[in-house]
Amino acid sequence: MASGGTPVPLLYLTNPYVMSTLLNFFGHTPLSRRKAFWGLALVAPNLLGLFFFFGVPVIIAFATSLNEWNVLAPPVFTGLDNFGRMLGDNLFWRALGNTVKLALGVIPAEVILALGVALILNQQLPARGIFRTAYFLPVVTSSVAASVVWTWIFQPRYGLLGSLLQPFGLRDTAWLTRPELVLIPVGVVTVWQRLGFDMVLFLAGLQAIPRELYEAATIDGAGRWQRLRYVTLPLLSPTTFLVLTLLVISVFQIFDQVYIMTARTVRGGVDGSALTLPVFLYEEAFTRNRFGYASAVALGLFLIILFLTALQLWGQRLWVYYESEAPEVKA
Amino acid sequence: MIRREAQAEPSYKALSWFQVGGLIVVLGAGALIMVLPFLWMFSSACKPPAEINKLPVTWLPQEVACQTNLDDLYDQSPRFSEYMVNTAIMTVGRLVGQFITCSLAAYGFARFKFPGRNLLFAASLGLLMVPFQAIMIPEYLLMRAISWTNTFFALIVPGSFSAFAMFLLRQSFMQIPREIEEAAEIDGANPLKILWYVVLPLSGPALAAFAVITVQAAWNDFLWPLVTASQNPRVVTIGIALLQGERKTPWNIIMMGSLLATLPMIILFILLQRYFIEGISMSGLKG
Repeated sequence: MASGGTPVPLLYLTNPYVMSTLLNFFGHTPLSRRKAFWGLALVAPNLLGLFFFFGVPVIIAFATSLNEWNVLAPPVFTGLDNFGRMLGDNLFWRALGNTVKLALGVIPAEVILALGVALILNQQLPARGIFRTAYFLPVVTSSVAASVVWTWIFQPRYGLLGSLLQPFGLRDTAWLTRPELVLIPVGVVTVWQRLGFDMVLFLAGLQAIPRELYEAATIDGAGRWQRLRYVTLPLLSPTTFLVLTLLVISVFQIFDQVYIMTARTVRGGVDGSALTLPVFLYEEAFTRNRFGYASAVALGLFLIILFLTALQLWGQRLWVYYESEAPEVKA
Repeated sequence: MIRREAQAEPSYKALSWFQVGGLIVVLGAGALIMVLPFLWMFSSACKPPAEINKLPVTWLPQEVACQTNLDDLYDQSPRFSEYMVNTAIMTVGRLVGQFITCSLAAYGFARFKFPGRNLLFAASLGLLMVPFQAIMIPEYLLMRAISWTNTFFALIVPGSFSAFAMFLLRQSFMQIPREIEEAAEIDGANPLKILWYVVLPLSGPALAAFAVITVQAAWNDFLWPLVTASQNPRVVTIGIALLQGERKTPWNIIMMGSLLATLPMIILFILLQRYFIEGISMSGLKG
């Protein structure tokens, strides 16, 4: 271990000062030290696993994105070329544009519907449990099976939707192959599958609003709409914020729906009309073998999500009401 | 923890029977749209091929062909039951894995002081921010490097660690009165024993919420198996995607496959509904 004149590092442990400093790092009494060791031992398996399977890949992602790599030949370092290429890639912008379109359609529809259902379910109605079950059921089904069923529903001519829309002359509409329409089915499945999830979040938020506030508002002569406008919505805003934040993240992660619903024609839609960023980067990596470029796109996706989340966190002070910071009411 | 049943708004806001009727109609119409795809799936799964491509559309199959369609499904995809079993193995594997790693870690974070505790906890919560799509490529490269692609290891092991489940269980463990654990400690029990005999039995609802959320996510997982094990231990979502990708597969057979794949989760949900809903409203953190 020790060679030449270098001191043996372990010998330092015999120095009482070094030893006690080291031990004090974990705790000042034998009992607290024992607790510290137990704590570290308990958290170690999960944290090491998380580090190895989630932390390390983040580092690999950065490294891969700086290389040209098809996995078969050794990687070639190309610096930031992949990122430059991404900014000049039409398909990347199309995928981003599609995601923005989906976000503009899905997010308002989802928030309004989920909030509406939650507000109704929060009333004293018979059979609320059954309704809640019906709205939540799509959340627990696999998005693959859901997308398959909706693909069949959206089939021209023999599909269910075509039959229902026959009076409007839409029986033979090729929803999934017409580039200008294909995002509609994708958005519908997304809203349908997530509605119950956001409804439950809204319901939990509504339950947390103190009843006294409604009583006070009623005594002050507030009607149903005024109570909704001046009590429910402001006090629900932290929940709305949570719903919105999670929703934005999930819209940027849409993959299964597009992969399945366009599987019978061109994956990602004709001319990339249904391409989303995850589908795009999947295709780049696993069908075109461009792992370096796909990693750059993946980091781009991550940065976009991070930016949008940060933007929302910053923007929340403009509209989100937290009870703890309510101004003092002067008598 | 949210144990109380959902309570309606107070009675001073009581609605007239007319309003109640109106709301029920609106709610019912929406609920019908929500369950319509399921009904359509059931109905299509039992229609003979001739009735699938027939106009006008029928809801109740005139000739019930569930058994024939099931047989046809196995003709088309002979290993379909194997896919179901693979999915079950993956699901149970991840559930057991997460139960062990996350309950240990949750207990460690809830009850023990050690250097770097807050930093480690914050760092693992930070991982929740990383979308899976952003790391699936390096994750796949990692699996390739250790020769785990197309094995159960790839399907199970990375899914056996979770920051979300750890967070969920920690919340619940922290609400257990310390005195109960201290009593066991004085009796000489070590932390593992206290966790097993005292803390876990007192955390029933949180464990149930953890279990249903984990099972649901694992059963329905598609992207990771697609990336890492599209060939060998094929899971059922891959099996369905393959049926769907095959242009000629008739819809009644695809619907039969989807029915088989979704039925276990539908049954599980109807039986354990409360825990699904509790798990989500407890944290709202599931990304």
